[in-house]
Amino acid sequence: MAQMSSAASTPLSSAAADPLQSQFARVRSRRSDFIRKLRKNTGAILGLFILGLLVLAAILAPVITQYDPIAIDPVNRLQSPSREHWLGTDPFGRDLYTRVVYGARISLPVGIIAVVISATTGTVLGLIAGFYGRITDGIIMRLIDILLAFPDILLSLVIVAILGPNLRNVMIAVGIGGIPRYTRLVRGSVLSSRELLYVEAAKVIGVPNKVVLFRHILPNVIGPAVVLSTLSVGSAILAAAGLSFLGLGAQPPTPEWGSMLAGGRQFLTTSPWVTSVPGIAIMLTVLSVNLFGDGLRDVLDPRSKKD
Amino acid sequence: MLRFIQTRLLLTIPVLLGVSLISFSILHLIPGDPARILLSDAGGSGGGGDASEQAYLNLRAELGLDDPLIVQYFHYISNAIRGDLGYSYTTSQPVGNTIIDLLPATLQLTIFGLGIAIIIGLVLGVIASMYQNTWIDTLTMIFSLIGLSMPSFWLGFLLINFMSFRFGLLPASGSEGIQALILPSATLGLVAAGTIARLVRSTMLEVLQQEYIVTARAKGLRYRSVIIGHALRNALIPVVTVVGLQFGGLLSGAVIIETVFARRGIGRLAIDAVLSRDYPMIQGTILVAAFGYVIVNLIVDVSYAWMDPRIKYQ
Repeated sequence: MAQMSSAASTPLSSAAADPLQSQFARVRSRRSDFIRKLRKNTGAILGLFILGLLVLAAILAPVITQYDPIAIDPVNRLQSPSREHWLGTDPFGRDLYTRVVYGARISLPVGIIAVVISATTGTVLGLIAGFYGRITDGIIMRLIDILLAFPDILLSLVIVAILGPNLRNVMIAVGIGGIPRYTRLVRGSVLSSRELLYVEAAKVIGVPNKVVLFRHILPNVIGPAVVLSTLSVGSAILAAAGLSFLGLGAQPPTPEWGSMLAGGRQFLTTSPWVTSVPGIAIMLTVLSVNLFGDGLRDVLDPRSKKD
Repeated sequence: MLRFIQTRLLLTIPVLLGVSLISFSILHLIPGDPARILLSDAGGSGGGGDASEQAYLNLRAELGLDDPLIVQYFHYISNAIRGDLGYSYTTSQPVGNTIIDLLPATLQLTIFGLGIAIIIGLVLGVIASMYQNTWIDTLTMIFSLIGLSMPSFWLGFLLINFMSFRFGLLPASGSEGIQALILPSATLGLVAAGTIARLVRSTMLEVLQQEYIVTARAKGLRYRSVIIGHALRNALIPVVTVVGLQFGGLLSGAVIIETVFARRGIGRLAIDAVLSRDYPMIQGTILVAAFGYVIVNLIVDVSYAWMDPRIKYQ
């Protein structure tokens, strides 16, 4: 049965002389085509490069810094950037370079986990709504409409108000806020691919609904959802940093960029680096994610290409 | 058209009910008994957090917590419709009055921010599309990408630092007068302008390839009048929807901006309510904001259908 269904999902391969060989060749050429196009996209490469550096910095944080990100050092408070403290120190005398590097260990995973929450939940809901239709679709889509009635931060406020202010709940809040976009996107793709021949074929030979849905439809509708995920990591990082800035997420002394920025507000004129360093960190991270996401979309969706 | 509005209105009803249900549920979803939380918050640490059993029972009865949930929800809705959103735990003031007091300030900020975003977004988007693939295009797109990636709270701090502290041009905080509105709404607008600019650029590029544009050019019309008279008009249609969505984004942005600039408004009210666990205030602000957002989107949808007759017939 499994063999039959996989054959049904790739009906074209049976036409070639050596089906498996030509299938491999096609996948390989598609992949090299993708990499070639991505390489030509300066923005995507730049974004990937900065992102790579940030990830590397996050992993190697203890190796590439020499101070403690949390221990207070009153003697060295609010030092301007110098040879000892490359990016200066904060009001508690902590080295800002160290804190901003350790901050990457928080902000990057927070953004990614939030997106994983919204992408997986949203995709599953979209699959179910699109495939089963009728009442199931009606209920899911009305729930999504209700979620959409709350502007981003307000929904997060509701969730944080219920669960309490901390970083984990911010991830959940930002994650839930992102669900509707995936559900709508995936549902749309499912609706159009539900009628396709390979789905009909799989159904006719008695493949269970669940298998049709996850093994045959999912791989064909996942592309746009992946692009959307890449594009949303940036806004998720921004949203999470914003909530921490407001005091609803990471709590001091955690070296989270948003809460670091909030801690520097009284020193705007005297020590602007206290706010600028985490500010630049957030902007650079989000910018690199957006550049990469834009490039990925251009490559995968030729219609949105620049020329 | 009337039919379209009718359907759209009907679809709004379950959404509004859902919103009210979520707002109502906040009090019931928090871990622990609301009456106990309220008593321990109000009692502080003086009594060791142990409120007397009688006070607890009284409060439960007063809050109507002994009624079945469906009855409580019905009370909540019927009170809300009459404008009674309960009393703040922290100030003891009626929630409805506090919100009505602060709503104009937030609306002012949001509308000014939206205005700035639309003006900058339109200008940048049109220029970028006119000079496609030149350095002007690249520069405007880099600007909008930075806008998309910039945390508004940091941009706010930068503007405060330069425009207020360094050059003393504008007040850094406060809610009185038009001067105090400029920096906050500029912050809000600059961040949102990026999205609009990108959208205007891409829809303009699409429209510019249409046959009627070629015709207009071929019959000898000036490029500028083709851009403004023919292209922009049609490119604006999809922009309207995004402006509706942006309104929600700006409302969210206002929450942060009001904190950055220490402005009065329902955004800051909501944050303070969450931080001080003032549940009636949280419920009230969220209910009002979500209702407002739903209604703005309804207006946007209707005006969209009015501008583009194809929508009505799906």
